[in-house]
Amino acid sequence: MSVAILGWSITLAQVLLTLAMGCAALRFIRGPRAQDRIIGLDTFYVNAMLLLVTLGIRSGTTLYFEAALVIGLLGFVGTVALAKFLMRGEVIE
Amino acid sequence: MSAAPDLPLWAAILVSFFVVTGALVTLIGSIGLWRLPDFYARLHAPSLGATLGTGAMLVGSIICFSVLQQRPLIHEVLIGLFVTITTPVTLMLLASASLYRDRVEGNDAAPKEDPAPTEP
Repeated sequence: MSVAILGWSITLAQVLLTLAMGCAALRFIRGPRAQDRIIGLDTFYVNAMLLLVTLGIRSGTTLYFEAALVIGLLGFVGTVALAKFLMRGEVIE
Repeated sequence: MSAAPDLPLWAAILVSFFVVTGALVTLIGSIGLWRLPDFYARLHAPSLGATLGTGAMLVGSIICFSVLQQRPLIHEVLIGLFVTITTPVTLMLLASASLYRDRVEGNDAAPKEDPAPTEP
């Protein structure tokens, strides 16, 4: 009973998060200007991190936690580098 | 399809509630990113997923692993702390970069100058 409840609600959450990633990817593809694409990429990273957290809950191991942490870190670094590039035209001054 | 850890019923319902709530809030934020009309409006939407969505999801994960291993297991707090610190930084950098670009190009998307500071 509890396995079924948890399993189906994790499946529902994964479907919702995949739709959210689809919206972010649509903004990344369409986005009229460069900053729209960057914010789409940032949202895509956060949604992928949450998808990994749901995978970790489903499998019951803490293995996916490290992957989610690394994705969060790299998403932050990438977005900051891209924003700096838009601002100045170079990343490291 | 419905493989999941075997939790007690109360924990399963609690974890399900938090996980589905987090996913729903994240989806609402991403739909806002897709639908809102201009960049400065779009900038607000994804922070819904980065704050409440991530928070609810991580609370669900903390409950799940604490019940599974029968001891408090709060390493997910690391992700929450990190996302809470970094999201405002990225969004402010992106907004200032976009403001700079709009002003240099001289289009009407951004106001021409900052508002005058008000007296305290």
